[in-house]
Amino acid sequence: MKVSLFVTCLCDVIYPQVSEAMVRILHRYGIKLDFPKLQTCCGQPAFNSGYWEEAKESAKTIIAAFKDSDFVIAPSGSCVGMIHHHYPTLFKEERELLQQVNELKEKTYEFTQFLVHVLGITDLGATFRHRVTYHPSCHATRLLGVTNEPYQLLSKVKGCQLIPLKNASDCCGFGGTFAVKMSDLSGAMVKEKAEHVLETEAEVLVGIDMACLMNIAGRLSHEGKNIRVMHLAELLYEGVS
Amino acid sequence: MNEVQSENSLKDRVQVALNNEFLQNAVKFTTEKLRSGKQAATDQLGHWEEWRERGRQIRLHTIAHLDYYLSLFVDNLRAAGGIVHFASTAEEAVRISLKIMEAKQAKSVVKSKSMVSEEVELNHALIEKGIEVVETDLGEYIIQLANETPSHIIIPAIHRNRKQVAELFSKVAGEELPADTAVLAGFARSKLREKFLQADIGITGCNFAIAEAGSMVLFSNEGNARMVSTLPKTQITMMGMERIIPSWEDLEVMATLLPRAATGQDLTVYMSAINGPRRNDDLDGPEELHVIIIDNNRSSQLGDPEFQEVLNCIRCGACLNACPVYRHVGGHAYGWVYSGPIGAVITPILHKDKEKWGEIANASSLCGACYEACPVKIPLHDMLVYIRRNNVEKNRTKKLEKLGMNLFRKVTSNHRTFHLAVQAGQLGQKLIARKGKITSKIGPLKKWTAYRDAPVLAKRSFRESWDRLEKELNQEIPQDPNLQKRMQKILAERREKNESER
Repeated sequence: MKVSLFVTCLCDVIYPQVSEAMVRILHRYGIKLDFPKLQTCCGQPAFNSGYWEEAKESAKTIIAAFKDSDFVIAPSGSCVGMIHHHYPTLFKEERELLQQVNELKEKTYEFTQFLVHVLGITDLGATFRHRVTYHPSCHATRLLGVTNEPYQLLSKVKGCQLIPLKNASDCCGFGGTFAVKMSDLSGAMVKEKAEHVLETEAEVLVGIDMACLMNIAGRLSHEGKNIRVMHLAELLYEGVS
Repeated sequence: MNEVQSENSLKDRVQVALNNEFLQNAVKFTTEKLRSGKQAATDQLGHWEEWRERGRQIRLHTIAHLDYYLSLFVDNLRAAGGIVHFASTAEEAVRISLKIMEAKQAKSVVKSKSMVSEEVELNHALIEKGIEVVETDLGEYIIQLANETPSHIIIPAIHRNRKQVAELFSKVAGEELPADTAVLAGFARSKLREKFLQADIGITGCNFAIAEAGSMVLFSNEGNARMVSTLPKTQITMMGMERIIPSWEDLEVMATLLPRAATGQDLTVYMSAINGPRRNDDLDGPEELHVIIIDNNRSSQLGDPEFQEVLNCIRCGACLNACPVYRHVGGHAYGWVYSGPIGAVITPILHKDKEKWGEIANASSLCGACYEACPVKIPLHDMLVYIRRNNVEKNRTKKLEKLGMNLFRKVTSNHRTFHLAVQAGQLGQKLIARKGKITSKIGPLKKWTAYRDAPVLAKRSFRESWDRLEKELNQEIPQDPNLQKRMQKILAERREKNESER
């Protein structure tokens, strides 16, 4: 059985520790991931900006990379959402690729989906004695339907005190190229999100999408706030090691 | 309409809104109240997702057979004595209205809330002809006095507070009115009563038109729509051609969805069904009833696989209340009469200048809250991407952006170039990275760093560390047979499904 890692470009080049934590967690359950090097980016930055031809080029690297995989796992709801929700539209005119896209779609899982639904694991036996708040990212929840899975996992972490985040489902303002194209608007949105995070007085902000966390962490750091921002895979791995 | 608003670029309008803290607080306060109201009302109702799906099916079916239902509606309305006009453009809708005014030698008009009349910019044309127009929905009355366009589909004066309203009303009253809601509402009521009684013509919108009956249904919370449709001798109803639903039974679904999605009300305070002009034994109602059915480029969406569903909209405003962008900038930043996600999608459809209005689609983080909030499940977040793609295809995007996307394609189309680009970045960032982050505000970086620090590229990318990690994890860990079984079962099910599909 071939279980492959879809690293996502962001966790490849900026946050490799996130993908590594995911690899190590799955390794504890005897799942050895394979890493096809053909993969680059899912194409979302171009797709969402309307540049579909450009998006297709990078999407093709993903389709090719996981052609022979039985399961594909990624530490991002957004990139998996791109495959599930947008690839069929992007390749709707290309019959052969569309067939491959449909196959890719059904074998690709976001990390918490894979743990909870495929492996049936919610309790990793982790301990993490901190006050934690969780930001549900928009694409994970709305494009992919990942809503309860992260909470299920967090609720089993010993010592972890989960504090509700005000207006949690409001977007953090990242939105890919939106963050630079509509910089002031995006800035106002992330400012408010950071305010809500700080109101929780949590020590740790956790999420399942590094793009959103990069945005919020960047804001918190900009304000000189010392709150730790982590991917759920990192938190869980730290909790079991 | 307010010229100033639309003349500026999207960015300018957004900037104006972002500098207006009062506006943001007002919008945040009200939209949050509406959101929690909606949540409570839908929770209490139960099975909301099924209601949404039912609503969507009704709208999909109606729009797919719009020609049939529209002609059924028109036949039934005519049989009841209504006079039907078709307007293919906004200008035509205005011309038809003016003709009716002329025939009736109308001097004064009262209006109940109608977004389509805002869309065709009717008031402007009437005032030019020296006809007095009074908006009788309280919110619309306020923005009419302030000479503004609505900043929300159902709460047109969402951006104003009672102090500002007191100032506006005081000017009309000729005396200083206190910023007291009861006093202000009382003033508007008595003022509007005079107007209702004097008016030659009443103009209404239409929430739903029932094809099987030829009836028009109005939802209102203030009762003003009833006054407008009963007191003046002549009534004009303006409706977009897509307002149709097949039957009274379908209205039950819509009346369940709309008020809950809009304001969290179980039922709108007044729901009026108008079936033709006054009959001999009626106590009230207009002697003449004109219905203007407006196309204004709606029909061009029929048969469009990407945009046809936008005609399913029931104008509840739930997408505005859910939208994090609307929350920060309010409605005027969208530049015209329709705002929020639905405004960003329909505005370019209703205008000839696609370049100017297609730009609004950029004011979205594509978070999908609009789709989630929509009671008839219109995929607005996808449509925003389609508009952006149209902008790219029609060559309406900026040169720098095109260059950037071309670079993206070059870098990501192959893993080797991707790796090389990452290595170049790792080297290059040494010039600007300090203590593991980038705060420099040079050049294009500023767009990001003005509001947040940027992270640095990892010293070693994941792909660079993979061989080492793989070697380290090389020792076999026996897999839990249960997990093995679960994964195998999923694989088998998947194969089975695919084979049965073939």
